[in-house]
Amino acid sequence: MTNSPQDDVIVASTATPTAIEALQDKEPLAPPSSRSRDIWDQFRKHKGAMFGLWFLTFITLAVLIGPYIWQVDPQKLDIRNKDMRPIYTALWDSGAKVGWNKPLGSDQLGRDNLAQILAGGRASMAVGWAAMLLSLLIGTAVGVVAGYFRKLDSLLMRTTDLFLALPILPLLLLAVTLFRQPLRVAFGPEGGMFVLIVTIIAITSWMPTARIVRGDVLAIKEREFVLAARSIGTTNGKIIRRHLLPNVLSPIMVSAALGLATAIITESALSFLGVGFPSDFPTWGKMLADAVVRMERFPERVLLPGVAISLTVLSVNYLGDGLRDALDPRIRGR
Amino acid sequence: MLAFATRRLILSIPTLIFISFIIFMLLQLAPGDPMAQVPLTVPPEVKEKMRQALGLGEPPLVQYWKWLVQVFWIEPQVLIDHIFGTSFAAGDLRVISWQTRSPVMEIVIQRIPQTLWVVGVAYVVAILIALPIGVYSAYRQYSVFDQAGTFVTMIGFSIPPFFTGPLLIVIFSVQLGWFPSIYDTTHVVNDWESFKVQLQQMVMPVMVLAFQITAQLSRYMRASMLDNLNQDYVRTARAKGLSEAVVVNVHVLRNSMIPVVTVIALGIPSIFGGAIITESVFKVNGIGQLLLTALFANDLPMVMTLTFIFAVLIVLFNLIADVLYGLLDPRIRYD
Repeated sequence: MTNSPQDDVIVASTATPTAIEALQDKEPLAPPSSRSRDIWDQFRKHKGAMFGLWFLTFITLAVLIGPYIWQVDPQKLDIRNKDMRPIYTALWDSGAKVGWNKPLGSDQLGRDNLAQILAGGRASMAVGWAAMLLSLLIGTAVGVVAGYFRKLDSLLMRTTDLFLALPILPLLLLAVTLFRQPLRVAFGPEGGMFVLIVTIIAITSWMPTARIVRGDVLAIKEREFVLAARSIGTTNGKIIRRHLLPNVLSPIMVSAALGLATAIITESALSFLGVGFPSDFPTWGKMLADAVVRMERFPERVLLPGVAISLTVLSVNYLGDGLRDALDPRIRGR
Repeated sequence: MLAFATRRLILSIPTLIFISFIIFMLLQLAPGDPMAQVPLTVPPEVKEKMRQALGLGEPPLVQYWKWLVQVFWIEPQVLIDHIFGTSFAAGDLRVISWQTRSPVMEIVIQRIPQTLWVVGVAYVVAILIALPIGVYSAYRQYSVFDQAGTFVTMIGFSIPPFFTGPLLIVIFSVQLGWFPSIYDTTHVVNDWESFKVQLQQMVMPVMVLAFQITAQLSRYMRASMLDNLNQDYVRTARAKGLSEAVVVNVHVLRNSMIPVVTVIALGIPSIFGGAIITESVFKVNGIGQLLLTALFANDLPMVMTLTFIFAVLIVLFNLIADVLYGLLDPRIRYD
């Protein structure tokens, strides 16, 4: 509003209590919607993201609850029932060796494919979630500290650049082959590999999060509410926890989704190259790797774990895409 | 710009030395002994001499220094000798592989063409496909083409190469029998027939790699085009009566290419290092496969040198990307 005389005229003419028709509210105003409500409304519009959320929930529940319903030991050798085909093969090939005791068939040692998929999914998802959380923790900590404390900024960011310059996959392979033995002794064959793979994936994937968080923290810490908080004597730790972290939550959540996807793929890649979990412990990557040599006769053994990995990663990627759209107030509402 | 490039180049030397130091010290922790295969009948003093010949048995720092000298001083001399026929490096000890007992660099040089052929072609193919897709998706945002492109790129992000590889092998070499499933690196191209065979065996690995790279690049291209299409200069160009083709393909495309070119430059190191999985799926006898076999065979000098080469490439192309960004975009000033 300017203070020009025209405005005064308008104000004077509309000073009467009844507004013109176009400005009248026919119904009471809707109560203001909360931020989380807005985010959810925007998120729901993204079909891919809804599919991602649905599928991720489904696969998580399947690998968590599935083994209690389908109580077959995935490592049990049943050599009489080896090389069985999935039950649906009977639809077009009546001579195929199928049976309801092995709904998705069995591998060359007679291990049940359904039980292996469920157990393998458990391993892959566990590694994915743990590595993602650890990497977020490192990335957020480095990012917040670098952004908030100016003295540590250049040191921490140089370290981040250094890590970004490392060749990731060769180093992953290197570290796994080097530290496999001692960790197996310390935590047992499966626990040791779990700790090793999670740590290595986290150590090599925290850098993007750290960069994004640092950038956001640098901008937010100059805002008035941080100044206000500091002026009433809030300590640094509390400012970070109460004022900075909630404000950088959305980029962190987006990079969490991307991190989960990369972690699952990296774990499967390591298993595929034969440096992952011990050979009797099923993971999706290892099932795929074992099946590749027999894929001409049993293509489903490649397809099942491959589709499982791809769909999970696809749904996580879509989830991240939807989250990014929903959490960005500039896009929201369009 | 020159000052910036020089400063970055000088700064990258300590970075690289630090990285190589970390890798070297990591490798020092490695279990296993290159002498483990030597028969027990060999007397211990002979074994000790063999150990010395491999550069072992000295403190790690001395070993590291020797490795540095070999890589930065002796290997360039060997290269000069090779080119000009001189003999600077005669008699000097080079980095020796524990597997083959021959210089690491010679094996690397043997393997590089295979990797370059497959991965380099894949990169070029991916760029050629990704850029038009990105441009058109952005120009017709939210159209059917754009939605389909988004879906395909999402799939490209999500399906790992160790799944697409076997899938293509099942479809194209087992069921249809069009392409061989194994890349034959000894194949010599000397006439039209052998060139066709070479093309056939390259199709599948190139497809797998190009699919992933296309997915990433077309996303970048689309985002960058979208940023530029709403700018004022585009309206100006249209207002002065330029045809739509000129506006999009000359004005907008040139400006949108700036970030994309740097992304392309940043991706080049992965041409050398990122194809480990694809190379092992299609049995391409390249650098990634060399690293994998060296790791499994506990061939530490080979692993060390290869990892270091990857690190050098990453640092170098980061630098090139930064310089390119400054050269292409006059708004960016580093000084």
